[in-house]
Amino acid sequence: MEAKLRRGGVSMDRQEPLTTSYGSRVKPSGGIELTAWLFMRISGIVLLVLALGHLFIMHVFNSVHVIDYDFVARRYVKIFWRGYDLTMLWLAMIHGLNGMRTLVDDYLHPPARGIVVKGMYVVGGLFLILGTWVIMAFRSP
Amino acid sequence: MREVAFKILRFDPEKDSKPHWESYRVELEPTDRVLDGLEAIKGSVDGSLSLRRSCAHGVCGSDAMLINGRNRLACKVLVKNVKQPIAIEPMRGFKVIKDLIVDMEGFFSKYRQVSPYLIEAGPAPEKERLQSPEERERFDDTTKCILCGACTTSCPSFWADPDYIGPAAIVQAHRFIFDSRDAGKEKRLKIMNEKEGVWRCRTVFNCVEACPRGINVTRAIAEVKQALVRGKV
Ligand code: HEM
Ligand code: FES
Repeated sequence: MEAKLRRGGVSMDRQEPLTTSYGSRVKPSGGIELTAWLFMRISGIVLLVLALGHLFIMHVFNSVHVIDYDFVARRYVKIFWRGYDLTMLWLAMIHGLNGMRTLVDDYLHPPARGIVVKGMYVVGGLFLILGTWVIMAFRSP
Repeated sequence: MREVAFKILRFDPEKDSKPHWESYRVELEPTDRVLDGLEAIKGSVDGSLSLRRSCAHGVCGSDAMLINGRNRLACKVLVKNVKQPIAIEPMRGFKVIKDLIVDMEGFFSKYRQVSPYLIEAGPAPEKERLQSPEERERFDDTTKCILCGACTTSCPSFWADPDYIGPAAIVQAHRFIFDSRDAGKEKRLKIMNEKEGVWRCRTVFNCVEACPRGINVTRAIAEVKQALVRGKV
């Protein structure tokens, strides 16, 4: 170590680095908050495509006056659209619920915080089950 | 010399139940700084005005306060560059002790939490610990912090959640996490990865706007998040 440091100048021998953890793997990564943060970015990017796609298909190229039972039935013949809606449903619900958890954390304090967050999870969970059920169980005639 | 108007949010815990605005007029040169105005008020109008300052040259970080609604060092803002009456308030999110003096104990205890000193890797060398210019450059930005508190008290996440470790402590952690000579990264990253650590940051950028040293605080926070996500520095 001494010999290496004596070499002077600024260029140190990178072949035998000082025994620091620089450039090394860092153990304490992972964890709920990290995962939630990463999920918000990834689901955000995917939702950008899915939600905008949804908006254009349903409300620009078509409209609420065109969308009826037949429209949905024709669409749901294709497994693709069921997958599209299912992915969007799950990503948007979890993304939205986690976003709301962040907001509730800001404005409420225990015990109200825990009650509201759990309440949101229950309502969100019901919507998820209901939505998933409809998408999966719908029978196109 | 000409007259400059100030309004200052005053609070004396022994007399007031809540802060109130007071107006002042003092003679100043246009090239005088807001700090000079406050000193003039304290010196010749109302000696009970309480504020912190030490170096008066933007180095010590004592006199961060809200000047016309923005976190600034009073010693770095010229009177001629701000609208009158110049509104002066204590930094937001800290408990006000008196007038512009706030309780920064929590702020500094979070600073201490990140072990803001070099943690040695192995025995000390005979001379200095060498580092290449590139390695030094890696954390250059975050060495500039003077711990004035302007970033942390401009952050809405901190206002909402006083337990959030805050941008200043993250900047200090960054300064050592990315230092090639330091061996305490895991310890600091572990704190950064907690619920009240970097994940509380919502990328609002107020801290960047507030920093009197021009540190890109949000970038430093993002680099710490990235180190955690990738699991490597
Ligand atoms: C269209 C594409 C979308 C993108 C790119 C996106 C992106 C993001 C990102 C990156 C965050 C985290 C912000 C931060 O912590 O710094 C976020 C937060 C949030 N998102 Fe989305 N999102 C999208 C759609 C949605 C949808 C459809 C919902 C509702 C179901 C939603 C509800 C929320 C909520 C409530 C927050 C929390 C806000 C906050 O922390 O202040 N987002 N979004
Ligand atoms: S008095 Fe030292 S930073 Fe302004």
